[in-house]
Amino acid sequence: MSADQPAPAGKAPLIRALGVFKVYAMGDATVRALHDVSIEIGAGEFVAIMGPSGSGKSTMMNLIGGLDVPSAGRLIIDGRDIGELDADQLALLRNRIVGFVFQQFNLLPRTPALGQVMLPLLYAHPRPAAPEALARLRLEQVGLAERMDHHPRQLSGGQQQRVAIARALVNNPKIVLADEPTGALDTKTSDEIMRLFAKLNSEGITVIVVTHENDIARWAKRKIAFRDGRVVADERQPGLLAEAAE
Amino acid sequence: MSFRDGLAVALAALSANLMRSVLTTLGIVIGVCSVIILVAVGTGASSEVDRQIAALGSNMLVVGAGSRSMGGRSSGAGTDVPMAESDLAAIRDKVAGVVAISGQLNGSGPVVRGAANWTTSLSGVHPDYTVVRDWPVASGRVFTAGDIRSSAKVALIGQTVAKELFPGEDAVGATIRVKNVPFEVVGMLASKGQSGIGRDQDDVVLLPITTARERIVGKSQVQNNQIGSIYVKFDPEVSLADAQEEIETLMRQRRHVRPGAEDSFSVRNLAEFMKARTEVLTTLSYLLAATSVISLVVGGIGIMNIMLVSVTERTREIGLRMAVGARRRDILMQFLVEAVMLCLLGGLIGIAVGITASALIAVSADWPVRVSPGVLALAMAAAAATGIFFGFFPARRAAHLNPIDALRSE
Repeated sequence: MSADQPAPAGKAPLIRALGVFKVYAMGDATVRALHDVSIEIGAGEFVAIMGPSGSGKSTMMNLIGGLDVPSAGRLIIDGRDIGELDADQLALLRNRIVGFVFQQFNLLPRTPALGQVMLPLLYAHPRPAAPEALARLRLEQVGLAERMDHHPRQLSGGQQQRVAIARALVNNPKIVLADEPTGALDTKTSDEIMRLFAKLNSEGITVIVVTHENDIARWAKRKIAFRDGRVVADERQPGLLAEAAE
Repeated sequence: MSFRDGLAVALAALSANLMRSVLTTLGIVIGVCSVIILVAVGTGASSEVDRQIAALGSNMLVVGAGSRSMGGRSSGAGTDVPMAESDLAAIRDKVAGVVAISGQLNGSGPVVRGAANWTTSLSGVHPDYTVVRDWPVASGRVFTAGDIRSSAKVALIGQTVAKELFPGEDAVGATIRVKNVPFEVVGMLASKGQSGIGRDQDDVVLLPITTARERIVGKSQVQNNQIGSIYVKFDPEVSLADAQEEIETLMRQRRHVRPGAEDSFSVRNLAEFMKARTEVLTTLSYLLAATSVISLVVGGIGIMNIMLVSVTERTREIGLRMAVGARRRDILMQFLVEAVMLCLLGGLIGIAVGITASALIAVSADWPVRVSPGVLALAMAAAAATGIFFGFFPARRAAHLNPIDALRSE
C-alpha cells in the first residue's frame, strides 16, 4: 500500500479522532491541551507526530494509547470509542491493541530482559499458553537473542530500548506508540532504533512516533504537526527506508 | 494477573529489599510472638490448675469451723466452735451420696529417726482419708478402723519426709519418733506434688486421728472428740451444690443457727475455688493477649507505612504496569499480596521465636507450657488479617494512581 493513498473506502480507519478536546485543570487555571483535533490514521501507517513541547502531541499519544480519555469529541481506536470505555476496558485496550515505547525505556529494575518482555503477558486474558516462548520470539525479532538473561544495567541504552520494543510487541498489538523513543540515545543508536520501527512497519504494524526532531520524523511516511493543541500540518512523505531503497 | 503471578511479583519485590522487609515485620514478630507465649503459658497454667484440682481429690467438700465474730470483728476461719466426731457421723449418716469421709486434725512438729530429724506437718486422719483425697499408699498399708479405735502408734509418711529420713530406703516397718513418741511407719504415701498455693503436699506425716488428738495436738481437743475439718467425698452422680446445701442445712440444725444468722461453720468446694483462680488467670491472659493485639496494630501501622513508601518509590513501575495492561485490581492485588506476605513472614518468625521462648520459660520456670496448633493457626490468621487491613490503604492508593502521572514521576 502506498503512503499517498488514503485508507481504503468502506473500511474504517484504525484510529479516528473527531473534534477531540482535552482540557486539564491546573489549580484554578484550565489548560487546553487539545483543541478540536480531527485526524484519521489507517492500519499499517508510519506516522510521526511532531511539535514543540506543550503542543499537545504527548496528550494525543496518551489518548490514542488509552491512558486517558478525551474531554469532548470522539476518539475511536480499532472500532472502540475510548470515551465510553471503563477503566478495565481501557486496560484491556492497552494490553491488546497498543504497545508503548517510552523515552526513558521504563524497564523494571532487577529483572532480566526475558522477564521485561513477559510483563504484558501477566495481564493478558486469557493467559497465553507459552508466555516465555512468545517473549523469546520478540527478543529475537529485535536482535537481542544473546541478551535474554541480561538485566537493564548490563545493557546499553539502545539495547534497553530494544527490550522495551520487544515488550511493546509481545501481545501482538495493532499499534506501537513511541514517545520520543530516541530522546535518550545517540545519533547512531537512534538510527538503529528508527530502522527497527521502519522494519516493524513494513511487516504491517501501525507505528506512531512522537518526536520533536526532524531527523527522526524523516523515517515516517506521514508527518502530523501539532501547535497549541491543534493540527497545523499533515503531510505524507516516502520515509527514509523507502528513500534508501530507491 | 493470576494469584500465582501475584505471589511471584510480591516475593521478588520483598527480596529486593530484604533488610527493610525483615525490619518492617518486627512489630508483627513481637505481636505474634507474645500471642504464642501468652497463650502457651496461659493454657499451661490452666492445665496445671486442672492437675491440682485432680490432686486435691475430686467430688470433695471440706467442712470446717466458721469464723467467730466478736463485737463485729471476725477472727478468721476456724475460730468458731470446732467440728467434732459427732458432726462427722451425722454427715456420713444423713447426707446422701457420701462415698468416703474423713476428719483431719492438723499440727506440726519434729519427726526423728536416729540422728536425722525433720519438722513437718502432722495430720490426724481417719482410714478413709486416702480415699477422699485420691491419695493411695505407694507401699505398705493404710490405717484400719482398729488403728483409730486403739489410738495405735502407726504413721503414714509422705514422699518428702521419706526422702529426708529414709533416703533410698524402704521406710515401711521402721520406727520414727514423733514428739518423742515412737511410731511404726506402716505405709508410704504416693507422691501428690505441689498444692495450688505451692505448698509441698508430700511433706506430711499422717497419724490416726485419735492418736493425733491424744499425743500430738493438745489435751484440750480430746474432750470433745474434736476434728479440725471434715473431708467428704461424694458419688460422682451427686451434684456437689446440692450436697453442699444438704450439709449446710444439717449443720445449721445441729448448731442451732437461727435463720438469718451467720453460719458458725463453712462448707467449701475447693475445686470451685481453684477454678475461680483459673478464671482469674484466664482473664489475665486475655488481657495480655489484648496487649499483643496492640503490638499487632502497631506492627500493622509499620507495614502500612513501609507499603506507602514502597508505592511512592515504585510509582513509575506502577505506571508502566498500567500502560502494559494491568487493571486496577491487578495493582491492588499485587500490593495487598505483598503486605500480607510481609505479615506472614513476620508471623512465621514470631511463631519460631514464640515457641523457643515458651520452651525456655517451661524449662527455667518449671511451669508447664502448651503450644497448641490452634494458637499457631490463630496467630497466622491474625498476621494475615493485619496485612490485609493495613495493606489495603497503600494498595488502593497504588491502584488509583493516574498512569500518565505515574509514568512521568521520577
